[in-house]
Amino acid sequence: MSQDWRKVAPGGTVTEPGSAVTVETGTWRSSRPVVDYDHCVHCMICWVFCPDDCFQTENGKLVGVDYFHCKGCGICAVECPKKCISMQEDVLA
Amino acid sequence: MTLKASERRRARSATGRAVAINGATLVAHAMRQIHPDVVACYPITPQTIITETFSEFVANGLVQTEFVAVESEHAAMSVCIGSAAAGARTQTATSGPGLALMWELLWVASGSRLPIVMHLCTRALSAPLNILCDHSDVMGARDTGWPILFSEDGQEAYDNAIQAVRVAEHPDVLLPVISTQDGFTITHGIERAEILDDASVRSFVGEYSPHRPLLDVEHPTTYGAWDYHDFYFEHKRQQADAMEKALGVIEAVGQEFGKLSGRSYGLVQPYRLDDAEFAVVVLGSAAGTLRSVVDDLRSRGVKAGMLRVRVLRPFPTKAVAEALAGVKVAAVLDRALAFGAPGGPLFEDVCVALTTNGVGPRLVNYVYGLGGRDTLPAQFLQAFEDIRRIAKGASAQPVVRYLGLRES
Ligand code: SF4
Ligand code: SF4
Repeated sequence: MSQDWRKVAPGGTVTEPGSAVTVETGTWRSSRPVVDYDHCVHCMICWVFCPDDCFQTENGKLVGVDYFHCKGCGICAVECPKKCISMQEDVLA
Repeated sequence: MTLKASERRRARSATGRAVAINGATLVAHAMRQIHPDVVACYPITPQTIITETFSEFVANGLVQTEFVAVESEHAAMSVCIGSAAAGARTQTATSGPGLALMWELLWVASGSRLPIVMHLCTRALSAPLNILCDHSDVMGARDTGWPILFSEDGQEAYDNAIQAVRVAEHPDVLLPVISTQDGFTITHGIERAEILDDASVRSFVGEYSPHRPLLDVEHPTTYGAWDYHDFYFEHKRQQADAMEKALGVIEAVGQEFGKLSGRSYGLVQPYRLDDAEFAVVVLGSAAGTLRSVVDDLRSRGVKAGMLRVRVLRPFPTKAVAEALAGVKVAAVLDRALAFGAPGGPLFEDVCVALTTNGVGPRLVNYVYGLGGRDTLPAQFLQAFEDIRRIAKGASAQPVVRYLGLRES
């Protein structure tokens, strides 16, 4: 998007589909979910509940968390039936 | 714009059908002829006639509009926003507290650049409870980013309703527009008016081609996205620009409408102002009474005149300054109170218009007609007498005065 006010999209409309992936919401986070893979049963409840689609999977297995988008809401930690997600203090690098 | 007599005759014979009718029903007819895709509104006095009449047109199959009977005005404006974003030509109508309930959404509609048309039948705001006319409601919407047209009578309410569509949808504007008529005086007052034929109105408003509609799946668009300190300011500046451009568009659309109907109104309507020393500035239906007051004064040799402001937003600063440039003292009439402000809303706009254009009749402000108080010739005569005394050296204080108020 141009920097001149005449050039921005009227009404603040967004015309590029899926552009939210470029917006880093990870900076909002004060604590981060950390998965204990030794106890994870790969039920994907966390994947279903995460409002920001942060759980990364491969071949039906949970493999990671996308901290670029994870805003630290803690929903996943509450919903995990095995209680294997812990919210840990997020220290700015 | 002035039409030649021959043009006026041609326009009339091609389209004119004279009827005795009230302003609200006239606007319902305008809506039927415009044939919007979606109308969402909630009945509220004195606008109820519009909702009732238009929904009857829908029920009787005279118009194929999707009529949404909503549960409140907040819902009405929300439906309008969704519908307009989807790409539908969309209208609503309301009055007083109904407009107040829409307030949050008025900003969403204008900020999203959705060309909705609202027919506003002006009404006082509670408390104490009052359903009659003043302009408190519309003044609350004055700075929400909607161009605002005022009509003097039912005929003009009808004419403005049709023109509002073209103004809103113009690519340089893309803003929602409010077209007002004074509650009861115009909405319920039966007068002679001319209704254009349906085909002429349909072709005047034309096919609607929406800007980036949600339903255009080939060009996906998000409305109402997050807009922070990074770009919000730029979007607001763009809205201000669209508002500035609306002035020229209102004039051009008005001229084109004049060719069709024989009636065109301009941004302001000066009456006997050319050599006037004393003038009154007014919005809406009181202009009719004022014309007769001016005629009366003229017949007694007083150089009186009137300026009716038809377009409140964008405010026609230059046109107002030019019209009043030669006047000695002017009284600005406000049918709304701006509590604690230096003057009423129209008064302040006129002050700025004159100051920034370097012309300056002395100005005083009169509040009149609140809550439906009758606006009688004697009140306006009193205003003229006052400003004539001011011209002879009487004090212009207090600046804000009241007409037709019980005071001893
Ligand atoms: S909810 Fe818990 S157990 Fe289930 S996949 Fe997520 S982390 Fe593993
Ligand atoms: S903390 Fe919230 S945003 Fe982050 S992964 Fe868990 S559910 Fe998703």
